[in-house]
Amino acid sequence: MSRYVSFRDFDWWLLIFVLMICALGVWEIRSATAHTKFAGAHIKQVYWIIAGVGAMFGMSLFNYHVLLDRAHWMYIAALASLMAVLLFGQKYLGARRWIKMPGGAHFQPSEWVKLVLILAVSKYFADLRHRELSWPDFFKAGLLVGFPMALVLVQPDLGTSLTYIPIAAIAIFLGGLQLRQALSVALVGAVAVGVVFFLPQVRILKPYQQQRLTSFLEPEADSQGAGYQVLQSKIAVGAGGIWGSSTGTQTHLAFLPIPQTDFIFAAFAEEHGFVGAMGVLLLYFIVLMRLIQNAQTAPDRAGTFLVMGVVAVLSFHILVNVGMVVGFMPVAGIPLPLMSYGGSSVLFMFLALGIVMNVRMRRFVN
Amino acid sequence: MFGRDEKVSPIRLTAVQYMILGVFLVLVYGLWRLQVMQNELYATQAERNRIRNVPILAPRGKILDREGRVIVDNYPSFTALLLRDSTRDLMADVDEIAAGLHLDPKDIQERIRRFNGMPQYQPIYLKEDITPDELAFIESHRNELPELDTIMAHRRLYPRNGFMAHLIGYVGEVSEEMLNSPRWELYNPGDVVGKSGVELEYNAILMGKNGSRQVVVNSRGKEVGQLEQKNAEPGRQLKLTVDIDLQIAAEQALGDRNGAVVAMDPRTGEILALVSRPTFDPNHFAVRISRDEWSKLVTDPNKPLLNKAIQAQLAPGSTFKIIMAAAGLQEGVAKDMKVVCNGGANFYGRYFKCWVVAEHRTHGVVDISKAIYQSCDVFFYSLAEKLGIGRIAKYATMFGLGQKSGIDLPQEVTGVMPSEEWKARNFKQKWYAGETISVGIGQGAVAATPIQMARAIGAIASGGALRRPHVAFPKDLPESMRNVSAVPDEVNIPLDPENWEIITDAMANVVNPIGTAPSAHLQGIDFAGKTGSAQTISNAAKARLGAMGKAKFKDNGWFVGVTPRRNPEIVVSVLLEEGEHGYFAARAAAQVIKAYVEKQRRLPTKVASSNQAEVGAVWSTPDPEGGDSRLQAGRFYVDVPKQRAPLAAAAPGIQ
Repeated sequence: MSRYVSFRDFDWWLLIFVLMICALGVWEIRSATAHTKFAGAHIKQVYWIIAGVGAMFGMSLFNYHVLLDRAHWMYIAALASLMAVLLFGQKYLGARRWIKMPGGAHFQPSEWVKLVLILAVSKYFADLRHRELSWPDFFKAGLLVGFPMALVLVQPDLGTSLTYIPIAAIAIFLGGLQLRQALSVALVGAVAVGVVFFLPQVRILKPYQQQRLTSFLEPEADSQGAGYQVLQSKIAVGAGGIWGSSTGTQTHLAFLPIPQTDFIFAAFAEEHGFVGAMGVLLLYFIVLMRLIQNAQTAPDRAGTFLVMGVVAVLSFHILVNVGMVVGFMPVAGIPLPLMSYGGSSVLFMFLALGIVMNVRMRRFVN
Repeated sequence: MFGRDEKVSPIRLTAVQYMILGVFLVLVYGLWRLQVMQNELYATQAERNRIRNVPILAPRGKILDREGRVIVDNYPSFTALLLRDSTRDLMADVDEIAAGLHLDPKDIQERIRRFNGMPQYQPIYLKEDITPDELAFIESHRNELPELDTIMAHRRLYPRNGFMAHLIGYVGEVSEEMLNSPRWELYNPGDVVGKSGVELEYNAILMGKNGSRQVVVNSRGKEVGQLEQKNAEPGRQLKLTVDIDLQIAAEQALGDRNGAVVAMDPRTGEILALVSRPTFDPNHFAVRISRDEWSKLVTDPNKPLLNKAIQAQLAPGSTFKIIMAAAGLQEGVAKDMKVVCNGGANFYGRYFKCWVVAEHRTHGVVDISKAIYQSCDVFFYSLAEKLGIGRIAKYATMFGLGQKSGIDLPQEVTGVMPSEEWKARNFKQKWYAGETISVGIGQGAVAATPIQMARAIGAIASGGALRRPHVAFPKDLPESMRNVSAVPDEVNIPLDPENWEIITDAMANVVNPIGTAPSAHLQGIDFAGKTGSAQTISNAAKARLGAMGKAKFKDNGWFVGVTPRRNPEIVVSVLLEEGEHGYFAARAAAQVIKAYVEKQRRLPTKVASSNQAEVGAVWSTPDPEGGDSRLQAGRFYVDVPKQRAPLAAAAPGIQ
């Protein structure tokens, strides 16, 4: 262990803001599940958070370069675990996403794969020394993320597979993306979206996925079918008003679907209004800015890429989740990190923060 | 370790910060738009979301008989639901559910699959009107099969086996075409209304007003609170003039034969019993009649849905002779008329047979009295010739033929009373004198319903008091529903007492050994009536068809009887389709009369109260203990059976 490392260099402010968000999440989970069969979920969430904080400290203890040096092994293990899910996974609600662990716990590998991808991508780009990104490097980075994405996509778990994209995207951008490359990618992307949605022969998306992805544009047209969740979420947010609805009927009468996980922000926005929602967004913004500051002060290129990977995943989750809640984004089944109920999600976030702390504590190493 | 010079471009890191700021501004705008700009819109939507109007269904009023015994009741009926918002794997439970509810598991699986695209809060209606043990199955499996549930609704319980079905009618969901008519325009789709019979006629009384509750529901439609409640007004019960004991007797008297029986109190017009055959079971309609079953009912050549008592218009045959006799006597033509019956006679160049030649005899010298009890055709041919169609039609119309009787039941028909004007109007043809001869014996174009014949002959036996038949007591009806018929409640047709006696005494002889229906004689009961057998096609046509025609087109049998003969308390009209002979119908009528008299004799108050009738009309006081076995009934002494059948407590099949 390096003698330069000390918990005095730990980012305590970052941890305080993160825990504030977690506390709001626990509070809202308690309120939203009070009279449902999920009552008591907030207690479990507290345990997950405690476990997460512990994991974060553990993660910050050993040098991130050790992790980076073993990134290729972890990458192979990640792919293997995703294959294992496909072969031996538990099928639930039509998708194979979980592996049943001895002792009754369920493990969802697609979450920790995010972490491995951040490490693998950071390692890859840290080793590149060009100012400008070459096409081969571009494609290699794409494949690095594309493989696990494809494996998650066939589970099928569209939402999680999409969260892998920003990991690659931010690394490519920071790694020296050139304007003409960006334009080409935008063009190809536009054509791909067109093919997926408008050519019925191409069956990449299952009908329900396609429906979920498009119904947010006009939820009222199908208010009882696929548009139901979007509409109920918009009603919940809208009914909250500026100061919040004292009764919070959308949440408490269960019109809002799964208010403790994917729609926790809608539940919070209904009960605490525009003012409350602004507060939460501000906390997230502070956390993100603090993370970027850590990326800027990182001792080396790899550290910056690691922290920015975490930034990318976190901001993408916020964009998609809050965007979904306010009706800007399709329902993709992506939770709001730190607030939404769920062990895998909480653990991932704290492990990712552990890596950030790891980088920060070694900022004066050089 | 990599060198400092290899650091990531700080410009790009700053760019990322601005991108994140941009994303957050977009999200802030989204929240601003929903929570500040459109707050009111979504607040009302949230309110509408959680408040639901739940109807409280008003039970329909019961239908009772004249003594308050229940004819039509309601019963709570349960429908089994499969809730789809539970977290259970429905497919795994299908076999157990199917076994408990006696359904086909494949069918349930298919329905679950079909509902896959539907919102979760919409349940699957598994089975309507489940049996008590199916209900018990659901109740006892609340924990194991929480996805099963029931909803309750009141359904109509009608008497079993189509008892009284035509009079009662049935209910059903109001149809779209009904809603377009002025009578039903204030009703709502889904309302259950009367579709025929009393259920239709008195729907406004029987049907209650649904109430409603404003309830707070959660997203599964589960009630979590209540805001306000408007109670349902249950439908009012309706007492009919019908007597269940008499109705039972009339149903049994007709048995499985096609035709109709109407029993009426000619003093008031109250219908005491009304039967039509074949019948149908309205209980099948109360759940949901299958298309097959419905089309079977509609296309059946015997027309089970037709209420023949008021909708079968047929030649009344010889029962029409009572009207002829009244006309002939009142016009002074028939009193001293004597005709020699040799089995037939010539009129206007054509030979008309008397029915009696079929028995290889003749009537000989016939006067009006013998003409009635022997039903001599030749006498009435001559009388018709003398009266002419004009006077016949005048009297027949006065006694209610060719027009509705005004009974308070839907879809009554008018029948036909032909006349010169009628023929000119409908056929643009001149009346042929020969047609009058056929009309004289109730054939030709004359067509009457059983209720019309009961009303007309009941009026003649009552000395000319023609009353409008009805099945509901007018005093029980709201003001707006009384006197809605164009037919007056009572008309007095002048009938001389002397003529009245001649006709009624002759009718009493019909069931005596000298009459046409001696086998219908009732010992100790002053029973009088008139038989009839009416051809369904002309003799000529029958001859052309030969043996087949004879078997297929049997004559309709008729009988209209009263008790006592003058100022009767009851008139019974029986139509037996293809009954061939009037005396078969007479026996059926006698059964109803007998049941009536025997029931009256139980009443301690039924002492000789009538002084208008001098012939054994009424009943003496029976022993309240039932011990006395001998009763005086006018000039008769009657043995009363010690053991009497108990009276009905309610209509068959109704508890």
